[in-house]
Amino acid sequence: MVIPHDENTKTVGSPLLDDGSSKISCREVNVYYGPKRAIHDVNVDIAEKEVTAFIGPSGCGKSTFLRCLNRMNDTIKGCRMEGLITIDNENIYDRNIDPVLLRARIGMVFQKPNPFPKSIYQNVAYGPRIHGLARNKAELDEIVITSLKKAGLFNEVKDQLNHPGTSLSGGQQQRLCIARAISVEPEIILMDEPCSALDPIATGKIEELIDELRQNFTIIIVTHSMQQAARVSQRTAFFHLGNLIEVDSTKTIFVNPEHKLTMDYITGRYG
Amino acid sequence: MTVRSIELAHLKEKVLKMAALVEIAIKKSVEALVTRDSELAVQVIKEDHKINAYDVDIDEECIRLLALKQPMGKDLRFITTAMKITTDLERIADNAVNIAERAIELNEEPQLKPYVDIPRMSRITQRMVIDTINAFINEDKLLAKDVIMRDDEIDDLNEVIWQELMKVMTSDPSTISRAVKITYISKYLERIGDHATNIAETVVYMVDGRIIRHMTRDKI
Repeated sequence: MVIPHDENTKTVGSPLLDDGSSKISCREVNVYYGPKRAIHDVNVDIAEKEVTAFIGPSGCGKSTFLRCLNRMNDTIKGCRMEGLITIDNENIYDRNIDPVLLRARIGMVFQKPNPFPKSIYQNVAYGPRIHGLARNKAELDEIVITSLKKAGLFNEVKDQLNHPGTSLSGGQQQRLCIARAISVEPEIILMDEPCSALDPIATGKIEELIDELRQNFTIIIVTHSMQQAARVSQRTAFFHLGNLIEVDSTKTIFVNPEHKLTMDYITGRYG
Repeated sequence: MTVRSIELAHLKEKVLKMAALVEIAIKKSVEALVTRDSELAVQVIKEDHKINAYDVDIDEECIRLLALKQPMGKDLRFITTAMKITTDLERIADNAVNIAERAIELNEEPQLKPYVDIPRMSRITQRMVIDTINAFINEDKLLAKDVIMRDDEIDDLNEVIWQELMKVMTSDPSTISRAVKITYISKYLERIGDHATNIAETVVYMVDGRIIRHMTRDKI
């Protein structure tokens, strides 16, 4: 199914927030891989300290768009972004912005847990150390312990902090990656299908963790599981063929979406 | 058709069959009164278990679909609507049974008066039930809203019957027992109208995703 981009790109629902709750604002965002346009004129606001879910069929552009938010696409050859993305009204593509410092503000958790080949302690301590967040060992210890606690992992690993991170189970490794992401005190956490490699128990733990983390962080999660989007997010954005079709409260998207494409997708009529 | 579409179509068919039995129950119960046919009334009472069985069966089917298929969007609204509709249909059938019971009692005594408004109420409520179910099947919110508006007619007829029987009872106390039973029947029919209205309101939710219960008529 091909949508004529010129006619049908206006996002329905409530993509823009005019109540001052917006943390990230995206305007007229287009992303190209070489000559191919992968994202078409996306306009959306992401609310602060909420979980926003990106859903849509494979290849719809949700991960590409997610990677624009911490400039991960900069590292992909041939990938080009047009438009404006601001965080707290600051243009993150401004030439004065250091992408490394930006990514400290915007943590990321990937589909497959990817701990460093180091100890559990070193996995979490690495970020704070290179960003100079701890003045001494005691402060670093404190950051590691607090991050592991916030990630709901500390009690399970407190006696084995020197063991390799890779010795943990898949679910624990993913929580270690979350601990690593939050150890540098980011404002935003991007999660790209963080549970797709996990069993239902580990998934449940990550979902509970996401719910706790939203007290302090703005979270965006890309997920193929609509049940997961429904469980963890407050707002949901539906992408289709590079267009942002609809954004609204999660309840509206899953009970009474406005756009037929959204309805077809969530009811499994295609995709 | 996907497996889920087939299952939803199957669920729709069951609701339709249940509604058909309910409509017959209303018709027969009032006919038993008007034609003084107590056997017909007994039939209504005896056949109520079929409607109860549908109620349980549809509920179980809806719970199964919710648990196993995790429906969303209009599928979710369709299934929750089916669950609510069957509850109202089952209660309508209970009211038909109540009418049949009163009919048996009244048929044992001389007829108080010719029945005019009761059959009229019966026809209107049957039509309301048929139309709400058609609205459900065809996702027709205009028809559902039309049914909601018809409920006033039933309420007015119930009031007329009550006033009329009050006069009869006041002028001749020997009629009280029979007259009270007729007012009950009128009330049962009025309740059937209310249940049909509930179904119609749920159908509007299913189509629009808008809850219109407890709204004033002008805002529906």
